[in-house]
Amino acid sequence: MTKNKGFLDIISENRFIHILLSILLGFLVGAVFLVIMNLSVSAAYGRLINSVTSLKGFSYVVVYSVPYIVVGLSVAFSFKTGVFNIGAEGQFVVGSMAAACTGILAGNLPKPILIPLCFLAAMAAGALWGIIVGVLKTKWGINEVLSMIMFNWIAFYLSNFIAGIPAIKNDGSAEATKNIADNASLLFSKDFIKSAGLAPTANWGFIIAIVATLLVWFIIEKTTLGFELKAVGSNKFAAEYAGINVNRSILTALAISGALAGLAGALQVMGMGKRISIFTSQEGFGFAGIVVALIGCSNPFGVLVAGLFYGALMYGGSKLNLEGVPTQLINVIVGTVVFFIAISVIFENLNRLKSRANRNAEAAAIKKAEEKKEAKS
Amino acid sequence: MAKQYVDMNTPVIEMRNIVKRFGDFVANDGINLTVHKGEIHAILGENGAGKSTLMNQLYGLLKPTSGDILVNGKRIVMNNPRDAIDAGIGMVHQHFMLVQPFTVTENIVLGTEPTKGISLDMATARKNVVEISERYGLSIDPDAKIEDISVGMQQRVEILKALYRGADILILDEPTSSLTPQEITELIAIMHNLVKDGKSIIIITHKLKEIKESADFCTIIRMGKYIDTVDVEKVDENDLASMMVGRKVTFKVDKPEQEPGDVVLDVKDLHCLDYRGIEIVKGLNLQVRRGEIVGIAGIDGNGQTELVEVITGLRKGTKGQVLVNGTDVFNKPPAFGFQHGVSSIPADRQKHGLVLDFSIEDNLILQNYEKDPFARKSVLQRDPIFTHASKSIEKYDIRPSGSEKRPAGTLSGGNQQKVIIAREVQNDKDLLIAVNPTRGLDVGAIEYVHKYIVDQRNKGKAVLLVSFELDEIMSLSDIIDVIFDGQIVASIPGKDANENDLGLMMAGGGKKA
Repeated sequence: MTKNKGFLDIISENRFIHILLSILLGFLVGAVFLVIMNLSVSAAYGRLINSVTSLKGFSYVVVYSVPYIVVGLSVAFSFKTGVFNIGAEGQFVVGSMAAACTGILAGNLPKPILIPLCFLAAMAAGALWGIIVGVLKTKWGINEVLSMIMFNWIAFYLSNFIAGIPAIKNDGSAEATKNIADNASLLFSKDFIKSAGLAPTANWGFIIAIVATLLVWFIIEKTTLGFELKAVGSNKFAAEYAGINVNRSILTALAISGALAGLAGALQVMGMGKRISIFTSQEGFGFAGIVVALIGCSNPFGVLVAGLFYGALMYGGSKLNLEGVPTQLINVIVGTVVFFIAISVIFENLNRLKSRANRNAEAAAIKKAEEKKEAKS
Repeated sequence: MAKQYVDMNTPVIEMRNIVKRFGDFVANDGINLTVHKGEIHAILGENGAGKSTLMNQLYGLLKPTSGDILVNGKRIVMNNPRDAIDAGIGMVHQHFMLVQPFTVTENIVLGTEPTKGISLDMATARKNVVEISERYGLSIDPDAKIEDISVGMQQRVEILKALYRGADILILDEPTSSLTPQEITELIAIMHNLVKDGKSIIIITHKLKEIKESADFCTIIRMGKYIDTVDVEKVDENDLASMMVGRKVTFKVDKPEQEPGDVVLDVKDLHCLDYRGIEIVKGLNLQVRRGEIVGIAGIDGNGQTELVEVITGLRKGTKGQVLVNGTDVFNKPPAFGFQHGVSSIPADRQKHGLVLDFSIEDNLILQNYEKDPFARKSVLQRDPIFTHASKSIEKYDIRPSGSEKRPAGTLSGGNQQKVIIAREVQNDKDLLIAVNPTRGLDVGAIEYVHKYIVDQRNKGKAVLLVSFELDEIMSLSDIIDVIFDGQIVASIPGKDANENDLGLMMAGGGKKA
């Protein structure tokens, strides 16, 4: 066998290349749909690329990406520690509502106190949402995926309920909360935004997302806590045998994951949103977090990049209708990307087929050589 | 055995010049193997010598990099185990391939379930399974779930599974490693019945005694290379051992006389239930003193597994006391026992002993990750962790060397066990509990493990040894406690023990101690 690795070997061995390829395939499938709809592929993708590569466009992408990065970290953290946090959606919602309420009700506090307070409230709310599910699981063995999906809905209706409370509700006709106080806002100063030519919603959120990324990486890779949580996630029997308190670890993992999702909610409302609307359906940030964690291979830095990519698709996608392209195209692309990442099995099988073909070729070559030898003698 | 059923003119399996590479690593380097009809052929080699790799190729799980496989004289290429099964090959793996939440019956018929119309006919399936288990004398509970039964019974289910599929050529990977001496005798009888029927058996084992007792021929592999195929009648155990490891091996355990000290482990009137909620440990009393090895001899299922689980905190007992240096650890979590002096080598190393996804270095600090020098202020210190692993790998001969960062799951079974032993011995607790510590290990590795266990005793530690290997119990123990029906029925000095008396007492023929 030659030592040179084939294309398919590289894909099945290298997650990074595999994901890049999946992304390419996502755009390819998107292009097929564009062709079917008789739309120009180059115009659509050109618009997509142009809209995110200018300074202003990119600043929009960064703003968009912040909640996706942080909620992606939440899900990635849960993957690493063996719990599947499908409840990030609900934790995001309670987190953003907690931040909004704090930002509205305690609006006269000075900025350096109010902002950390909002973060804290959001993270506590998210963590609580995670811990409740964790207690249900560890005390009564209730499957966490089921209860998380339920708690997503509880969060959704709770948020809509709170948004309707007079002290919180918008004074005007909008079906939403009041705006948070300026002191709770993460926006850059108006002058800076104007002079630098950034998006009007440019804010400090991205810095916090980077700090969160570093922190998550540090916890997972460097601390005894991460060691413990990963051990429980990989083999809870061995972890228990080694003296690790398994139930406490599961609760801790869910609390941290929940706190991250809650933080993502806070960043969304304190950075871009300013207020929370009464929704008729779930917004899906938590589910987007699953996608981002998948694309980022559950690696914190991978999630950072994947979150930016997702933010770019979301922002760029919103500009597609300028070309007469339905924005749903983005969903097609994202769906396809996730699909190809999830079915890494296909690549592995292709690889197997190929090595079979290789072997047959090898066998044929050997046979030929033998025949030659025989012919000579 | 006198090769009375071997038909030397009818080779059923021929493996010719098999080479298997994984990247740069050559697992099999030009191996030849011929097995005839009616033959029991042993494959002998150290842990990681490439025996399982060779057999996985014969069973279609791996494909050779080069070389030919002939079954019944025809060259065949197997893409998956289905092809192997179709060719009449059955395999029982060392690490079982059973569906945990399924019953014994469901596992055995899996893939070939009898049906009635479109529904499963489990009644017939159950009947078939009972029939076949009686025919081959392998007793099982057809309705028990796999997750609830002992390792020994799981092995029997695996053997039955292959037989149920009507295999003509059976590959048994370490089949006796979890069986009691009586069960091994039965298994050898079964193997003889099978070859009498014209079937052929390939048995992978480290146990020289069993090779002498059962096999006709033996092929020896060392470090992936073919060494020789020998007629078992013409060699003795020492010849086999030195061919396998490439050096002289001593079987005798060197154990100086010494007076035991204070009592470390004191189990008083212990009761506990098994997975079915039936009492299995019934008022057991047991003491282990400093500087002595107490061996628990008994047939699987008499409460020894549950006893150890209660002592280590994995199972709740219903009544009793477990004193370790005077502190009661009864019904306390595992961490409590560990803090108070209990370390253990668990029976199921992949479930309880290791986190297979974790690297060797991380597995080696599984209980001590929070302690200096491995962590400071809750931050892991990679340098001392790595150094600790390097030293352990060298001292305990964990192979391959330089595998500090490799996941534990990539090591062979014997080397996984060495990782656990390295960890537990270095924990240096007053009490070491070892459950089947040499299961699946080759003689070279067994020699090391026994040496470390005896070292602990010599250093004045208390050692509780639970093993289904009578030889191991007899050669290591200062005191042998025989367990039967949840109680210690006899306690005799190790040097006075003999296999027959022990066997009788293990079967319930002994007096109460």
